[in-house]
Amino acid sequence: MATFFVNKERVDIAAGVPGDTPLLWLLRDNLNLTGTKYGCGMALCGACTVYLDGQPTRSCVTPLSALKPGVEITTIEGLTSKEGRAVQAAWEKLDVPQCGYCQSGQVMSATALLTKKKRPTDADIDQAMAGNVCRCATYVRIRAAIKEAAKALG
Amino acid sequence: MNPMRMRPREASQPAAMSRRMFLKSTAAAGAGLSLGIYFGDAVAQMSGPGRTAGETVAGTFEPNAFLRIGKDNTVTVVVKHLEMGQGVYTGLPTLIAEELDASWSQVRVEGAPADAKRYNNLKWGEAQGTGGSTAIANSFDQYRQAGAAARAMLIGAAAQQWKVPADSVQVKNGVVSHASGRKATFGELADAAGKQPVPTTVKVKDAKDFVFIGKHVPRTDSKAKSNGTARFTQDVKLPDMLTAVVAHAPRFGQKIKSFDSATVTGIPGVRYVVEIPNGVAVIATTFWAAKKGRDALKVEWDDASGFKSSSTDIIAEYKQLAATPAKPARNEGDAVKAIDGAAKKLDAAFEFPYLAHAPMEPLNCVVKLSESGCEVWNGEQFQTGDLFAIAKYTGLKPEQIKLNMLYAGGSFGRRASSASDYVLEAVSIAVALVRAGKPGVPVKMVWTREDDMKGGYYRPIYLHTLRAGLDANGTIVGWQHRIVGQSILAGTAFESVMVKDGIDLTSVEGASTLPYTIAHMSVELHSPKQGVPVLWWRSVGSTHTAFSTETFIDELAVAAGKDPVEFRRAMLAKHPRHLGALELAADKAGWSKPLAGAAAGEKRGRGVAVHESFGTVVAQVAEVTIDKDNKLKVDRVVCAVDCGIAVNPDVIRAQMEGGIGFGLSAALYGKITLKDGVVEQSNFHDYPMLRINEMPAVEVHIVPSTEKPSGVGEPGVPVIAPAVANALAAATGKRLRTLPLTLA
Repeated sequence: MATFFVNKERVDIAAGVPGDTPLLWLLRDNLNLTGTKYGCGMALCGACTVYLDGQPTRSCVTPLSALKPGVEITTIEGLTSKEGRAVQAAWEKLDVPQCGYCQSGQVMSATALLTKKKRPTDADIDQAMAGNVCRCATYVRIRAAIKEAAKALG
Repeated sequence: MNPMRMRPREASQPAAMSRRMFLKSTAAAGAGLSLGIYFGDAVAQMSGPGRTAGETVAGTFEPNAFLRIGKDNTVTVVVKHLEMGQGVYTGLPTLIAEELDASWSQVRVEGAPADAKRYNNLKWGEAQGTGGSTAIANSFDQYRQAGAAARAMLIGAAAQQWKVPADSVQVKNGVVSHASGRKATFGELADAAGKQPVPTTVKVKDAKDFVFIGKHVPRTDSKAKSNGTARFTQDVKLPDMLTAVVAHAPRFGQKIKSFDSATVTGIPGVRYVVEIPNGVAVIATTFWAAKKGRDALKVEWDDASGFKSSSTDIIAEYKQLAATPAKPARNEGDAVKAIDGAAKKLDAAFEFPYLAHAPMEPLNCVVKLSESGCEVWNGEQFQTGDLFAIAKYTGLKPEQIKLNMLYAGGSFGRRASSASDYVLEAVSIAVALVRAGKPGVPVKMVWTREDDMKGGYYRPIYLHTLRAGLDANGTIVGWQHRIVGQSILAGTAFESVMVKDGIDLTSVEGASTLPYTIAHMSVELHSPKQGVPVLWWRSVGSTHTAFSTETFIDELAVAAGKDPVEFRRAMLAKHPRHLGALELAADKAGWSKPLAGAAAGEKRGRGVAVHESFGTVVAQVAEVTIDKDNKLKVDRVVCAVDCGIAVNPDVIRAQMEGGIGFGLSAALYGKITLKDGVVEQSNFHDYPMLRINEMPAVEVHIVPSTEKPSGVGEPGVPVIAPAVANALAAATGKRLRTLPLTLA
């Protein structure tokens, strides 16, 4: 029985859940946290991005067996930091999403960037966001919204 | 329903489907524009799942099928089209809010049920579906009239209550008022408005009175899509729902010889392993169990069956075909003679690979099937086709089938399958569950990214050859264009409307409609058959015709010693909208001034292209840099778009920005290849997408217009590849004619 925390709530994994189950599918199928998306299953697109102890991580390639006991997992549903709120407000203000499927992952990566770096440069944005694919190519607005959120955070 | 009646469909459903469809009217407005599809008895029998016409909720004002006003003062707009990113859940409500004079904050959105009687695409006759960039274009009058009718009834109710003449009642920002000081909200008047006679004629607003159209209104879906609450098919969860992952054949059309489920049944969570027409489905309690089961499954495929050709063979075959005369799609004058007698002759051949749509949400579909009915949850893009296909497959009546339209995590054409391929695959799994004694147990079919990438229904391989002649003044005197590629409409319900005299209009659109004035012109088409399923892919025929025509025109401009913008301008006198967009893009890009120079060891270039698709004209100027490592970077794109009246200018800008990025993925990377019939790509590592660090700065300028609106979902896509290729040629002198563009 493994124990960790998802959005500050304690989760105990029953022995019956195979350890090779990626965290993504535990979140989606067992915990009904469907904001985190399946896009590629190979850490190529970033749609499944969550935080493990604050670090952005691709949940589609993170098996339960690799989770440190007691690790704090944050998903889009639990994104309550001031940076997270600023990013979501900027996403809405600039109408970033189109189909929207990748945007949870985009918001998670953008929030992680702004949590680390108050005034990211274009190069910082490229580096932090290049792992997140948007097939609708909303990149122009993602970039603008990150800058907008940075401004709002002061 | 007797499950025994459910028989697996034959391998090629498209042909089977078309026999049952009767295609009614023909509108020859141009390729990809206007269809008239009629699904015969299926529609006539249908009363419509979901809310039926005339059904009302007490106190709710429901003047027509497109909106209702609640006592709580909400205006719920029923949107008949799929929201897949293009903004239709904002666009159609804008039209209603405009004529209703609603407040934007009271507007809610609901997806329409499948009902071709009420929610048909007016450009498609009696069929409901989303595609061809028609959502705003076909709904512009309909939704405005629906809003105007509701407004007239609200006014009528207020006038009656207040005992004042109707023409003295005002409506503004969601409030009905009178000079006497009387005021009421829509919610307060809802009950009384419902008792007013429905007006037989309504007058819609003059453009000068617009308060929403042409102004900025926020998207209705941005919040839910920024906080993870937007619900896609992938997120559907129903009591007792199972998940299915399917083992598909490695080759198209390949049949199963045998399979051994012994290695699968021991996997915890796996419930059923069943053969279906498309392969073997592993049905489990979770996705992970189903996928593990699928991966462990041992299937023997019949080596004698299936498509075994390679992309290189197909291209070689097309090159042979291109050397032979083909069916005429356009013929003016004598192009061959004119070119033969020209002072200067140019020729070129272009190659385009198969392309996968690769939406971020891999294909999926949820089906709940029982003796009495079938309910489907899906990013539903072609209601009438899917409804009809499900009815035929299951033996259910259309009125026993309910389709729930959810947000689609992208589609780019893939979810409007003329063969209903993946929807029927999901239904076939549900049929297997019924046979296994589990009627009414919902099942979610999930394709992995690999299933999605290898699953076919691609933009076809195309080969184009072009010849042209210039006279001594550098004027084009003859133009000969031959196109070779699979028809995407052959064997589908669209064939009898969209394939004319052997010409699939979607194969030649953009080429047969070339706007330039050229005295002698010939456009021909070969439509060879291949065993690879193909489909429309965002901007359809224009994905290839815009590239070959606009890069060849550019090459001719250079050969004629003329400026590429001037060269085009001289041939566009009869096409003022092309001219307007071209001039706006050139002006905003600073075309008349030299491009800023390159750094040491780098090369820079600028290119232009203009193209009409789906009634919208787009011109783009692309600026590129080739760095010291011979790597291409698109720095900036200036885009001008003429789409008639701009209903939501910000959505239009977003579609141009995104269309450019989508088009760049194809221009720089997009390539699905077959080797001995097996698709070689599987995921984003070998079918790469454009990423944020590769996205150019984009400026979008909208041409002011008073014409009725045309589409914006697709027309931004086809222009970027030729603009970039022309910029590359300007920088390097080299003409790249094979997609994706690869610098040697």
